[in-house]
Amino acid sequence: MAGKSERDFEQALLRNYDLKSSAMGKVSEALVMTLLVGCGVFSLAITVGIIVLLFSQSIGFFNNAELAIDPWTFLSDNRWSIGQTQGTPRYGILPLVSGTFRITGIAMLISLPIGLICAIYLSEYASPRVRSVLKPTLEILAGIPTVVLGFFAIKFITPYLLQPVGEFKTFNAASAGIAVGILCLPLVTSLAEDALRSVPNALREGAYGLGATRLEVTLKVVVPAALSGIISAFLLALSRAIGETMVVALAAGSTPTFTMDPRQPSQTMTGFIVETFQSESLEPDSIGYYSMYAVAAVLFVFTFTITLIGQLIRMRYQEVYN
Amino acid sequence: MSWSQSVSDVNQPNRNVAQTATPSNQKLETPPEVAIALNSFNAFYGEFQAIYDVNLNLPAKQVTAFIGPSGCGKSTLLKWINRMNDIVPSAHATGVIKVGDLQILDRQTDVVDLRRRIGMVFQKPNPFPKSIFDNVAFGPRLHFQIAKQDLADLVEWSLRKAAVWDEVKDRLNKSALGLSGGQQQRLCIARAIASGPEILLMDEPCSALDPGSTSRVEDLIYELREQYTIVMVTHNMQQASRCSDRTAFFFKGEVIEEGQTKQIFTNPQQQKTEDYVTGKFG
Repeated sequence: MAGKSERDFEQALLRNYDLKSSAMGKVSEALVMTLLVGCGVFSLAITVGIIVLLFSQSIGFFNNAELAIDPWTFLSDNRWSIGQTQGTPRYGILPLVSGTFRITGIAMLISLPIGLICAIYLSEYASPRVRSVLKPTLEILAGIPTVVLGFFAIKFITPYLLQPVGEFKTFNAASAGIAVGILCLPLVTSLAEDALRSVPNALREGAYGLGATRLEVTLKVVVPAALSGIISAFLLALSRAIGETMVVALAAGSTPTFTMDPRQPSQTMTGFIVETFQSESLEPDSIGYYSMYAVAAVLFVFTFTITLIGQLIRMRYQEVYN
Repeated sequence: MSWSQSVSDVNQPNRNVAQTATPSNQKLETPPEVAIALNSFNAFYGEFQAIYDVNLNLPAKQVTAFIGPSGCGKSTLLKWINRMNDIVPSAHATGVIKVGDLQILDRQTDVVDLRRRIGMVFQKPNPFPKSIFDNVAFGPRLHFQIAKQDLADLVEWSLRKAAVWDEVKDRLNKSALGLSGGQQQRLCIARAIASGPEILLMDEPCSALDPGSTSRVEDLIYELREQYTIVMVTHNMQQASRCSDRTAFFFKGEVIEEGQTKQIFTNPQQQKTEDYVTGKFG
């Protein structure tokens, strides 16, 4: 009696369990699938939408009836005076591009070497205790709002670091560049450190076994082995710096200049877009309105190219260790 | 030092190194010459003692195999011979290890020169993600002022010595990661001998290789002993019996027995050794 009912119970249990799990499995599988595809399609749609918007609106810039701007002049003329009231308007994007690259260049001069050295120190030299203090500190630096860094550039870097050593204007490319460099530093450090730490220990042991010192192991084996990851980190920082807006809008000034002098004010592509967007005289369908889209499209092309190069380098040079 | 002379003389490639680095080798004439002498050697990881009171004399120009179950201290001992344990923060040791006149465990010992004189081959082939040439040239470039042509000769000599030259001679500038596992391991042996060591330490050099590659590397080890003192850790008892002259049996951090390989495998003096080599445990 007892044995029979126990068997019944077992069979019922197994049968119920079976049915429920397969039905549940199908439903949740379908749900998860929909969710995954939905998210994928969503991000793709947003990307495509933004690109279409950028380029379709940029056409309005070149189709302007009064000014008849041709794309070549836009890309090659070295004066930009849209948004300024006096004089004949000139619409060469080079001052904005040069402003972007001046500031980005200064930022990279600061963040790449310091970031790489920090990464090498954290990955190869620091004891676990030191690392456990330094890593969170670096993350705090990454968490500082960019507007604070912009403020820091105007109120500290310019008057206390730069003006004592040279004729720096109140708004200048150097202080904005240094602040953007500080902004990119945690990014470079953290990504480069990941790349260095992913180098297998077997390679370090191999080099030590041949009589290499720690510095030789680091510079001749670990860094070359992590090179693709380090370059990816550099390129990501570069595109972050090119796209950075708040710091440059605050600290670099709003004068488009075509110069190599870091002491002068300069306006970047992003800085111009912010300024134009905020200006009260901006009217829809005006040349100023469309110029924002044209500048944004150029900006997009730069960052897109850098991302693409990064992907290519990763595909081409990444070493696969098993 | 001039490498071109020694490189051209394939039978005596270490002549210069041996003369300058270990004059003591000439003095010791009682055969077999002792290459590595261990006295009351103890090794620790933090509080844990991994090796207890080892006294061993490893003969020169012979292959000594360390056998024993996992975790019995074979690899630890091997890594102390060229101070590879320096990079493990918790590792420390007491006692004496001598290579010629050199006190290995002495704090003043120059580990860079020590590791040049004592090459190491690891369990898994670990070529650097560089060209085949640059892999072999790595050690010489660290240690020697060497002209370009001499370096090329030295790389060729090392690759020939490691029986991998014919397979790689047309692709010296290609990445070493494109080689098969067995080729990579022979490349690592070439890389180790290119710095002109007297001793080669091999930590289970065939454990990651397929049977065909294993037998090629074993043949190579057997040939290399004419010129180098080789200490090899292995889990494979057939391997120990095939390519070693002497065998030391380790158990729980102690050397239970050491002797001629043939004697260890056919007529062990200790019960533990017999149980292990006959496969009763391990």
